[in-house]
Amino acid sequence: MNTRDRSEPLLVAEDLQTHFELRQWGFIRTGTVRAVDGVRFTLDAGEAAAVVGESGCGKSSLARTLLGLNRPTGGAVRFEGQSLADLKGADLKAYRARVGYVQQDPYGALPPFMDIRRALEEPLVVHGIGPRAERERRIDAALEEVGLTPVAQVRGKFPHQLSGGQQQRVVIARALLLRPKLIIADEPVSMLDASVRVEILDLLHRVQREHDIALLYITHDLSTVRHYAGRVMVMYAGRIVEQAPVDALLDAPQHPYTEALLSALADPDPANARQMREIPGGEAPSLVSPPPGCRFHPRCPQAMAGVCETRDPPDFRPAPYHRAACWLREPE
Amino acid sequence: MAVTANPDSPLLEIEDLRMQYRTEQGPVNAVDGVNLEIRRNEALVVLGESGCGKSSLAKVLLRTLPRNAGRPTGQVRLDGRDVLALSEERFRREVRWVRIALVMQAAMNALNPVVRVGEQVAEPLRIHRGWSRRAAMARAAEAFEEVGIATDFLQRYPHELSGGMRQRAVLAMALVTDPDLVILDEPTSALDVLTQASIMNVLKRIKRDRGTSFVLITHDVATSSELADRVALMYAGQVVEEASAEAFFTAPGHPYSQMLMASVPRLRQEEPPVPIPGRPPSLQDPPTGCRFAERCPRRFERCAEDPAVFHPDARHRVRCWLHEAGGTG
Ligand SMILES: Nc1ncnc2c1ncn2[C@@H]1O[C@H](COP(=O)(O)OP(=O)(O)OP(=O)(O)O)[C@@H](O)[C@H]1O
Ligand SMILES: Nc1ncnc2c1ncn2[C@@H]1O[C@H](COP(=O)(O)OP(=O)(O)OP(=O)(O)O)[C@@H](O)[C@H]1O
Ligand code: SF4
Ligand SMILES: [Mg+2]
Ligand SMILES: [Mg+2]
Repeated sequence: MNTRDRSEPLLVAEDLQTHFELRQWGFIRTGTVRAVDGVRFTLDAGEAAAVVGESGCGKSSLARTLLGLNRPTGGAVRFEGQSLADLKGADLKAYRARVGYVQQDPYGALPPFMDIRRALEEPLVVHGIGPRAERERRIDAALEEVGLTPVAQVRGKFPHQLSGGQQQRVVIARALLLRPKLIIADEPVSMLDASVRVEILDLLHRVQREHDIALLYITHDLSTVRHYAGRVMVMYAGRIVEQAPVDALLDAPQHPYTEALLSALADPDPANARQMREIPGGEAPSLVSPPPGCRFHPRCPQAMAGVCETRDPPDFRPAPYHRAACWLREPE
Repeated sequence: MAVTANPDSPLLEIEDLRMQYRTEQGPVNAVDGVNLEIRRNEALVVLGESGCGKSSLAKVLLRTLPRNAGRPTGQVRLDGRDVLALSEERFRREVRWVRIALVMQAAMNALNPVVRVGEQVAEPLRIHRGWSRRAAMARAAEAFEEVGIATDFLQRYPHELSGGMRQRAVLAMALVTDPDLVILDEPTSALDVLTQASIMNVLKRIKRDRGTSFVLITHDVATSSELADRVALMYAGQVVEEASAEAFFTAPGHPYSQMLMASVPRLRQEEPPVPIPGRPPSLQDPPTGCRFAERCPRRFERCAEDPAVFHPDARHRVRCWLHEAGGTG
């Protein structure tokens, strides 16, 4: 597929929906969780983009839907122009090989009873990479790449013998083994100690650049996006409410929710302790019965009566490459 | 418990505090000669990488240590009186919850799932103060309002509350007895930024309105600056720098503090964060000399010897040889 047009996006989410049925005693439907509810974005080959949002807004559900682990209840995922829904058997397997996954819980990501070599060999076996010498070579190269040296020592270790940061390196090595086109990293550093976070983000950034891999970096911490993503998508209650190049988003946010996130975040400064942070009250809405109109309107300091609570805002384009789903950005 | 004392005299003084865990591989020196001072209405942030001994320090102060912990040595003076020497009975009656409350790390996940949160928040008053159920519930309702939870949540069970609400509830539990000092171990690290910021607002308000002192334990530098009057940075069981927030965040003295500040991802800064290479040493067998030496870009011959504590300023202590003879670090 080397002849593909580079201008065609690698990954497209088309009005993507993933709803979960809530059931009691296994059969009585008691509601629907609209975890992903109309998500639209594209990701170019080799591009690094971040998805930022509060806990429970649907980030992991989105990741799992993009990976084909959740079946979308609406819309489509396209990868290299092909709809994921059309992929069966071997093609679906091939897709999984091209998309690396760094799952949210690093401590649950590695089977506790497998040493590192076996944990890394498994995906190679599953995807029919052989002979054994080739697998060994790839494992060593991947461990080397993520800085787990001396490789010979690390191979025989079990997950509990490694620090959280080292385990996350193994998970990244595993994501790289099959030479993916895309890595989806779901909160890859939130469980790690602050001092190790930057190392892991640097590592992801480096492999992404060196191998020209696209990266979807999912996080709740906007302060870590600046150096690791070119573009940011802000997610709220199952939707992407704003997306823009990282500098534009930080310097001139167009959605009140993004503004709220930015005002909640401080860089370390002794003055912080002397002032209250201006942040909207309330909690993130229920995904079972999200508010009508704009989902942010109950918390929005700029909500316009008669508009925001009744009409769902579409994506407006306040600037080139900048989209915001907010009525304030409706052109005159 | 109102104690009349000079407002500038320290509320809590910690002197050469040490505690080891016994393990099959030998003793772990989790708290290894800590000196700290907390004044009235002051918030001290204890920063440090995972495993440096922050929670152990909190547990020593509140005597909630696990069974394999050895007997702590040193002094912990509350209003000038050594409480480390108190009998367990007197400590429980006079100090724990009464004067000093602790919100343990991950406490929000340790709430009793089958007891309504209101009952749990009122419990310290009933157990430690002998209040009637009614009075305790009324006070719990006040504490709920103070931390920003609607009082009808008193009747709910923990699983009916969001993470942020549960964290507020455990905070309310620490506040019901109106202690002089509240120790918070990583109170916001599992929460997202808006919830984090609103809980930090609550802490700021309580500090302002009630004059409570705080020890906030965290590894998150940005969050720490939301409350800190003073900062203590721990490394391998010891405090390597203690300074005003002003000094620590703008001109830290210890090489480790300087590197830590450079490693913080910042929203509003062009330069990328720089990770600190290497790992902290083992607490089982800490290196001789400066414990940070192995990772320190500025080490010199002197560092093979255990650094003394220097005072670049009043109430500023740095455990690093660069500050010997009035060096500036
Ligand atoms: N398999 C499932 N069945 C039912 N509900 C689900 C399922 N997976 C996720 N949910 C619900 O969907 C919503 C979104 O969850 P999701 O894990 O995607 O959020 P998130 O943004 O990743 O949160 P966090 O930041 O805490 O990881 C939540 O309300 C969650 O309970
Ligand atoms: N019960 C115990 N027995 C033996 N060692 C322990 C015990 N509890 C903690 N330790 C060790 O003591 C050291 C200090 O642990 P502590 O929990 O105080 O660190 P911390 O700074 O709070 O770390 P974190 O940021 O991960 O919470 C660590 O090396 C830890 O492994
Ligand atoms: S004492 Fe030496 S090694 Fe330790 S921090 Fe200071 S300069 Fe670095
Ligand atoms: Mg998630
Ligand atoms: Mg701890």
